[in-house]
Amino acid sequence: MERTIRVLVAKPGLDGHDRGAKVIARALRDAGMEVVYTGLRQTPEQIVQAAVQEDVDVIAMSILSGAHNHLFPRVTELLAEKKVDDVLVIGGGVIPEGDYEFLKSKGIAAIFGPGTPTATTVEFIRTHLKR
Amino acid sequence: MSGNEKLKAELARWSAGVEKSLAKHPERRERFVTGSKAPVERLYTPVDLEGRDHLEDIGLPGEYPFTRGVQSTMYRGRFWTMRQYAGFATAEESNKRYKYLLEQGQTGLSVAFDLPTQIGYDSDHPLSAGEVGKVGVAIDSLADMEILFDGIPLDKVSTSMTINAPAAVLLAMYIAVAEKQGVTPDKLNGTIQNDILKEYVARGTYIFPPEPSMRLITDIFAYCSKEVPAWNTISISGYHIREAGSTAVQEVAFTLADGIAYVEAAIKAGLDVDEFAPRLSFFFNAHNDLFEEVAKFRAARRLWAKVMKERFGAKSPKSWMLRFHTQTGGSTLTAQQPDNNVVRVAVQALAAVLGGTQSLHTNSRDEALALPTEESVRIALRTQQIIANESGAAETVDPLAGSYYVESLTNRIEDEAWNYIRKIDSLGGAVKAIEHGFVQQEIQDAAYAYQMDVESGERVVVGLNKFQVKEAAPEGLLRVDPSVGASQAAKLEALRAKRDSARVEAALASLKAASKSDANLMPPIVEAVKAYATLGEICDVLRATFGEYQQKVTI
Repeated sequence: MERTIRVLVAKPGLDGHDRGAKVIARALRDAGMEVVYTGLRQTPEQIVQAAVQEDVDVIAMSILSGAHNHLFPRVTELLAEKKVDDVLVIGGGVIPEGDYEFLKSKGIAAIFGPGTPTATTVEFIRTHLKR
Repeated sequence: MSGNEKLKAELARWSAGVEKSLAKHPERRERFVTGSKAPVERLYTPVDLEGRDHLEDIGLPGEYPFTRGVQSTMYRGRFWTMRQYAGFATAEESNKRYKYLLEQGQTGLSVAFDLPTQIGYDSDHPLSAGEVGKVGVAIDSLADMEILFDGIPLDKVSTSMTINAPAAVLLAMYIAVAEKQGVTPDKLNGTIQNDILKEYVARGTYIFPPEPSMRLITDIFAYCSKEVPAWNTISISGYHIREAGSTAVQEVAFTLADGIAYVEAAIKAGLDVDEFAPRLSFFFNAHNDLFEEVAKFRAARRLWAKVMKERFGAKSPKSWMLRFHTQTGGSTLTAQQPDNNVVRVAVQALAAVLGGTQSLHTNSRDEALALPTEESVRIALRTQQIIANESGAAETVDPLAGSYYVESLTNRIEDEAWNYIRKIDSLGGAVKAIEHGFVQQEIQDAAYAYQMDVESGERVVVGLNKFQVKEAAPEGLLRVDPSVGASQAAKLEALRAKRDSARVEAALASLKAASKSDANLMPPIVEAVKAYATLGEICDVLRATFGEYQQKVTI
């Protein structure tokens, strides 16, 4: 039997825009994944703790405030500190394409900008799981 | 046969003919819907308005129920206030942008604060890291506010501040800056958003739980009615509800339900409705469906007039008027082919003007990508100036009134919004409906349905799911200097060393005492601000007494 993919949808930082996070959460759920949504204003520490606690395969973060270059890499750093290397980390939101390379170099596997169909994200997760 | 009987017979004949020709010339789709997915008929005629009384429903401009607008001459008197929401990085940078906008013919200011400011954290708080100056200007103390308005005479401009949970603190700072310019509070014009209920459901910059938050709001109502009488004490906002994914009907219904909650809270606090209600203002969105949006504004005005007169027994016509600001719909902008957004914004801005807005912000074409550049902001402002001076839409009052379609839509939106308001009443009012998660769930369902319609192609978004092109990554986007956080922290350190710390401590102690009593919190907040207590320090005092809101998480 195929294992159910577990995803943590997270809102790091102080940003309150969660329309995208909630739409993604629901789309992943409708695609058969188990989804935990953190709610707003999570620190990178809280996100990593929740990811470990919930034993998720994927962390999907959304930021529209411009704080992505600071907050996304903190999450991957903390995962590395905890020796967690089998969690796929992806991001989305209002993120200039010029920042994609930097974020990828910090271990964010993909960034999904405004207008990305949810099916694209679902497919990416299915084909890029690390465990 | 009466006029309509004859028309009905003619319509039946005409429809039969049309139906026959459909086999050969089918319409583009089976069902037509508005931007909010409400059904749209092939044709609207006087039959659709049967049973409505013109004077009762539509009336005359400047008179109850204000369907046609809150002023008798509308834009023949003067245009709406052109007010571009702006602010980023430091007070110095934002001050420069405001002066630029005023030079370009903008007629009011609208301040965007960064997230730490909106959530009551100083720039050197650990949770502020990475966020300082990003979505707006960083304001930590009166010292920053003095720089923000340097050289801008506060008795000459009106200023809107998008600030909610700590609205009392920013208003106090504004009053203090004005005083330093020699401007007394009774000369101040402007608005604080001060609408906490929509923060819980749609925008997220809450601090305190509902009860003390409502107290802060009613304290501001009471204080301003005496001290700052021309100030709009709240901007009850549907904008963010719509951005979160609601329909047009939900935008009206949830916003007005929030408005009802504020009026009830103020009356419960002992205020006279006609003393504070004339200073309530509203804030709506304008999306792409031109006619539905125009109808929405007209329906909202009529609904609110009835609520204030019939439900709350307000006597002053000023209490019945729904005055509103509009911003074009940020979520309608595409990151793909961003220049197309100029056209979307023009349609949306026209809807706001045809709907009788009092002020307007037009979004810039690059806002799906980043904060707007100066050039993009200028195009957005010019869009308003073209509508005002060239389109003819401002030359007569409420030009779409009497359109069978627009009047039908207006009636439908009002009826459906009433249904929601009754439902919210049955749940115990807006605060309870939010605590139950009812409002959030309704918005999320609509947001998800919208997304699925876009993905299935049922809803066409030009450049996104149809008419796409290969394009290079956009260039020339505005970037906020990441060193803003460090420079704000340095400013704070210098401030704390320089200020009279005994005065700060005394002010914070009396604020603490007031927060535990029934006293109005505005006077001690004004004193704390003048002593150069920081925003974070003031909010920490209130956090200690009031606690913090815990979000109801729903997906």
